[in-house]
Amino acid sequence: MLRFFLKRLGLAALVAFTVSLISFSLLFLAGDPAIALAGEGATDADIEAVRIQYGFDRPVLEQYGGWLGNALTGDFGDSYYFKTPVIHLVAEKIPITMTLGLCAISFAILLSIPLGVLAAVKPNSLIDRFALFLSVIGQAMPSFWFGLILIVIFAVNLGWVPVSGSDSWRHFILPTVVLGYYATPAIMRLTRAGMLEVLRADYIRTARAKGIRPGKVLFKHALRNAVIPVVGLTAVQLGFMLGGSVIIESIFALNGAGFLAFESISRNDFPTVQALILIFSLIYVLLTLLADLLNAWLDPRIREA
Amino acid sequence: MNAQTVDTAENTGPSQSAQMRRRIFRHFGLLIGGGILIAIVLGALLAGALAPHDPYAQDLANRFADPVWKEAGSWEYILGTDHLGRDYLSRLLYGARISLLIGLVTALISGVIGTIMGVSAGYFGGKVDAVVMFLITVRLSMPVVLVALAVVALFGGSLLVVVTVLGLLLWDRFAVVMRSSTMQIRGLDYVTSAKALGCSTLRILLTEIMPNVLNNLIVIVTLEMAHAIILEAALSFLGLGVQPPLPSWGLMISEGKNMLLFEPWLITIPGVALFALIFAINMLGDGIRDVTAPENRN
Repeated sequence: MLRFFLKRLGLAALVAFTVSLISFSLLFLAGDPAIALAGEGATDADIEAVRIQYGFDRPVLEQYGGWLGNALTGDFGDSYYFKTPVIHLVAEKIPITMTLGLCAISFAILLSIPLGVLAAVKPNSLIDRFALFLSVIGQAMPSFWFGLILIVIFAVNLGWVPVSGSDSWRHFILPTVVLGYYATPAIMRLTRAGMLEVLRADYIRTARAKGIRPGKVLFKHALRNAVIPVVGLTAVQLGFMLGGSVIIESIFALNGAGFLAFESISRNDFPTVQALILIFSLIYVLLTLLADLLNAWLDPRIREA
Repeated sequence: MNAQTVDTAENTGPSQSAQMRRRIFRHFGLLIGGGILIAIVLGALLAGALAPHDPYAQDLANRFADPVWKEAGSWEYILGTDHLGRDYLSRLLYGARISLLIGLVTALISGVIGTIMGVSAGYFGGKVDAVVMFLITVRLSMPVVLVALAVVALFGGSLLVVVTVLGLLLWDRFAVVMRSSTMQIRGLDYVTSAKALGCSTLRILLTEIMPNVLNNLIVIVTLEMAHAIILEAALSFLGLGVQPPLPSWGLMISEGKNMLLFEPWLITIPGVALFALIFAINMLGDGIRDVTAPENRN
């Protein structure tokens, strides 16, 4: 188990490092940040001054090395826009995005696992078709449009929830539904497929033959095994949601890290964008690592592989 | 096919192509998806002939004209006009071209990258596989929306930039699926015998492996087309994708957003079009999977 853990940890570190290298060089390849920073109407001398001030005149690898060294100590430089340390900005916003992500994934799990189980217990029944319908709709609905439609219905016409902002828990309801619904089809399909397979297994028949209550067979014997792959998928979906939060938070003006990312991109605030890309990938890497470990703990067969 | 021939075919055992035809015509989702998609493709191809107006022609005196089903609507502007008085139906038809183009080209770029990576990983295994698996993990760890937004913002939003960025980002599913499909068949007898006959590796990959992973490839192409179309719409919606005055559906939703409270149909119409297109492509993909490999159905 320890060996497995160390191997995964090493891989995770290597992945995070590569992602940071790619995102750094991407922002570099894309053109001269000094021109953008100096603003419109800047003279060549202005641009040159900005270039030296921010250190853009140094070789790219040297800049990357410096940035990475600082980033490892939690120093991502100062935001070009706010002139304050990026890490403070991020630390202020990330709890909102985490709250949204956790609410959304809970919503997705509460909706999709019961539906997936029920659909598997009675394949081709009305409830199975309803689950399929929900997932087909969910896959085809662009999340930003779904968000706007919910705003029109629930915030504007019915007035049940506020249109935008992030001051109270009521501001989180619509974003949670939109972001969570997005993850529902995948989790539901996997739960259903897993349950269908497990329910055919001999030990389920044995359990039933022993006269164990159907509910207990379903949840204690079957779901426990069917849910193993779902754990990994849920972690991955939570990671995707952080990426999706960029869109959702922008629509609802929910003042989290996703919205900060979108605004920083519009403002050419490279240090902030850079830091957010790295932090989002780190969270994703940690989540998949956690899922791997959880899976290995739940299913000893994985450890051997 | 009429009932008579079905009966006789069943008695003698239907030919493979007849079985396939029957599966296609009995698959409800495939027919619905295919039908909607054909309609949208036709609309896009014939936009020049079908569109009642020039999609770029502004008429500031006639802004926010109501669509025909509202009281003030007229058949002149069936779906109304937008904030610059441009005919909404014409923009919708031309917008289909953008979505389809984005979907096709992105799927082509990412399909080529992902298939080469996945097939080589699956066929050669060992170190090649380890490298490809690592690249897939790295790619999955990158927040797609964030990276795409940042790159598009830096290079400037245009159709070409959006398509390139999405194509370079969305190859992961191709690589994953092609890798596992290739692994499943690389040890089969016909591959071994091709090797024994002395076929070159390239020839084995092209004539033995590729035709047998093609079904899976087509399914992923549909999935990724849908994915790319949604992402383009989202990027354009956020203002960092296709730029005005192009009639991208995402952009139309974004422009209509300001009138959300007063004219909700401005976002409803392009949204429904987007939904219908994604829905159709997904249905088609699921249908192709079911029809070509019925044993894979859950």
